[in-house]
Amino acid sequence: MNLLNTIIVGLKEVWAHKFRSLLTMLGIILGVASLVAMAAIIKGMENGMKEAMIAMGGADKVLLQDQDVPPYQEHLADEAPGRTMTDVNALKHSATLLPLISPEMAVSGVTLTYGAKAVNPSECVGVWPAVIDMNLHTLEYGRFFTDLDEEYANPVCVIGTGIRDDLFGAPEDVGHEIVPIGEMIHINGQPFTIVGMFAHYESEKEKREEALEKARGPQKLSGPARRRGWGKRGGWAFWRKNYTVYMPLNTAWVRFRSAAGTNNMPDPHLTDIDIKVAGMDELEPALQQARNILMLTHHTIQDFNFQTQENRLDSINQQIRNARLSGGIIAAISLLVGGIGIMNIMLASINERIREIGICKAVGATGLAVFTQILIESVVIALVGAGLGVGASYGLVGLLESITPSANVPVITRLALIVAVAFSAAVGIVAGLFPAFKAARLNPIEALRYE
Amino acid sequence: MALVELRNVTKIYHLGGEEIRALDGVSLDIQAGEFISIIGPSGSGKSTLMHILGCLDSPTGGTIQLDGVMIQDASPRQLAAIRNRKIGFVFQFFNLLPKLNVLQNVELPMIYSGVSGKERRQRAMKALEAVDLSNRSKHRPSQLSGGQQQRVAIARALVNDPRIIFADEPTGNLDSHTGEAILALFRKLSTEGRTIVLVTHDPEIAAVTPRRIEIRDGKIADKVDERLAGLDRPLPTAPAAATV
Repeated sequence: MNLLNTIIVGLKEVWAHKFRSLLTMLGIILGVASLVAMAAIIKGMENGMKEAMIAMGGADKVLLQDQDVPPYQEHLADEAPGRTMTDVNALKHSATLLPLISPEMAVSGVTLTYGAKAVNPSECVGVWPAVIDMNLHTLEYGRFFTDLDEEYANPVCVIGTGIRDDLFGAPEDVGHEIVPIGEMIHINGQPFTIVGMFAHYESEKEKREEALEKARGPQKLSGPARRRGWGKRGGWAFWRKNYTVYMPLNTAWVRFRSAAGTNNMPDPHLTDIDIKVAGMDELEPALQQARNILMLTHHTIQDFNFQTQENRLDSINQQIRNARLSGGIIAAISLLVGGIGIMNIMLASINERIREIGICKAVGATGLAVFTQILIESVVIALVGAGLGVGASYGLVGLLESITPSANVPVITRLALIVAVAFSAAVGIVAGLFPAFKAARLNPIEALRYE
Repeated sequence: MALVELRNVTKIYHLGGEEIRALDGVSLDIQAGEFISIIGPSGSGKSTLMHILGCLDSPTGGTIQLDGVMIQDASPRQLAAIRNRKIGFVFQFFNLLPKLNVLQNVELPMIYSGVSGKERRQRAMKALEAVDLSNRSKHRPSQLSGGQQQRVAIARALVNDPRIIFADEPTGNLDSHTGEAILALFRKLSTEGRTIVLVTHDPEIAAVTPRRIEIRDGKIADKVDERLAGLDRPLPTAPAAATV
């Protein structure tokens, strides 16, 4: 008996009991739909997380961080130099595998004022121009710092659009883009001239939110306009980037750090040294090279370490894995329940058809033929269910998107579809085995006599 | 050599520890082309005999040779193949598959013998023509009368060109007029050279066949009960037209 024929007979059997088959398939449909939709949501989450990671500087960015000296160097702890410009200059001159080195000297407790308006930036940092490539900034208006700015410690700054929004007005509120180049603002009371402004950074999610708001039209407010905190401004990484204030490194050093240390002594410590390696495959040698140089400048005191974005990537992947695992288990249980439903209905179905099976055997059906037929029927139910489930999952994802248009876009992956369908087929086979075995073992005489 | 040779066939059932000898040393030859009725009261073992002859069941002891092949020790798989190719069954309750139409019902045995779709259809139509039902090929069994259903069952039994046809009370579920037509059809098939074994307890039917075997208490009776075998009736001469 050829396979195609058996499949057609199976499909007819499904069609002959439409409602019963649908109920049977429901478990599989829901299982597949939830599996695929879950995978899609997680994929969306993953995309969102990776997007945020790239906004923070990409995977090839390495942070040089302070750490406590190891126990065997405890006695040298007081001698630990920390991260200073000595390190930066040494790396810049000797570390051939590091194309980009960006020192940062943060000024803490900063308030920016313009007239009566004030804003606290996410970070106010003295930087080299290398920071643009390091943190993947886009300078949309004005200019960045020149060597002269650096040399003379000029009071100039480059701001993010968030600062502009708070001090000069956001385009959403005033209706046009304000570019405050040349304006003077005060950073902790010291006058600074704005020489440049970054582009507005936003996540895919934010873009979608904005488009949605535009489509909805202006909304009537029942009270005074309120700012809903940074959560509203999209992801944390993007908010942070938009509320950045940069000044030349020397400016920060001369104007804010020259008396910031203990006993009004100058504090030469850098808050960050970010380095970028030439390529991910050169990460290890590059870090080893940097380590060698820094061991010299730090007189072999290991008060530093490297934090690669790989760690962050690992933790993202870990989160995704966990989400997948828990979702997968739930979907698998649902599919399992669907399988039990199929087995149940197949057992009922062969009980109903004992006489038919007897007839088939009398006219020459072998046990194997009966076995295959029942098994294929079971698989057909599972696969038709899986097909409907795939359709349902698209519907479900569409529904999710329309309910929460601002969340990360769920992405249906081919892998999820393949896994779901393959798993359903496997469930169909396993669920069909016992009923098929039972049917194949029927004695033809007894089956023919069965009423 | 006879088409079927039974030698000392026994079938023993165990029912609640009690031994029931359904067949007790039956020896029987059936020649090709014979038209035989197996008669006997219910419980005599005639159904058991038919099941064993029809390869639906295996004997407890003895040997059976069917068309030159010893089948007493055949596996269920081999038996299925023999049923499929060498044996045709006609049952009292027609036993058609209700979900398939007439043509598909007739095609069923060929599906299991792996005949291609096109040839299946041709042969099934030919078999339906032989029972005069080719105009009903798309009907469901439930849309046919009992006599028509039985003719479909006969077409199904014929379609794989079997060496022998077994009919178990083929008229038992039909009114007498329709039953006669079915019997006439069997006679016609017999004259065409088919080997046919009718199992019945009805003397009127037994009267149709030239040879009668009576089973009594699991054994072949030495002398056929004339009343039971319908010997008091004349043997019909000309096969009547098979119309139902």
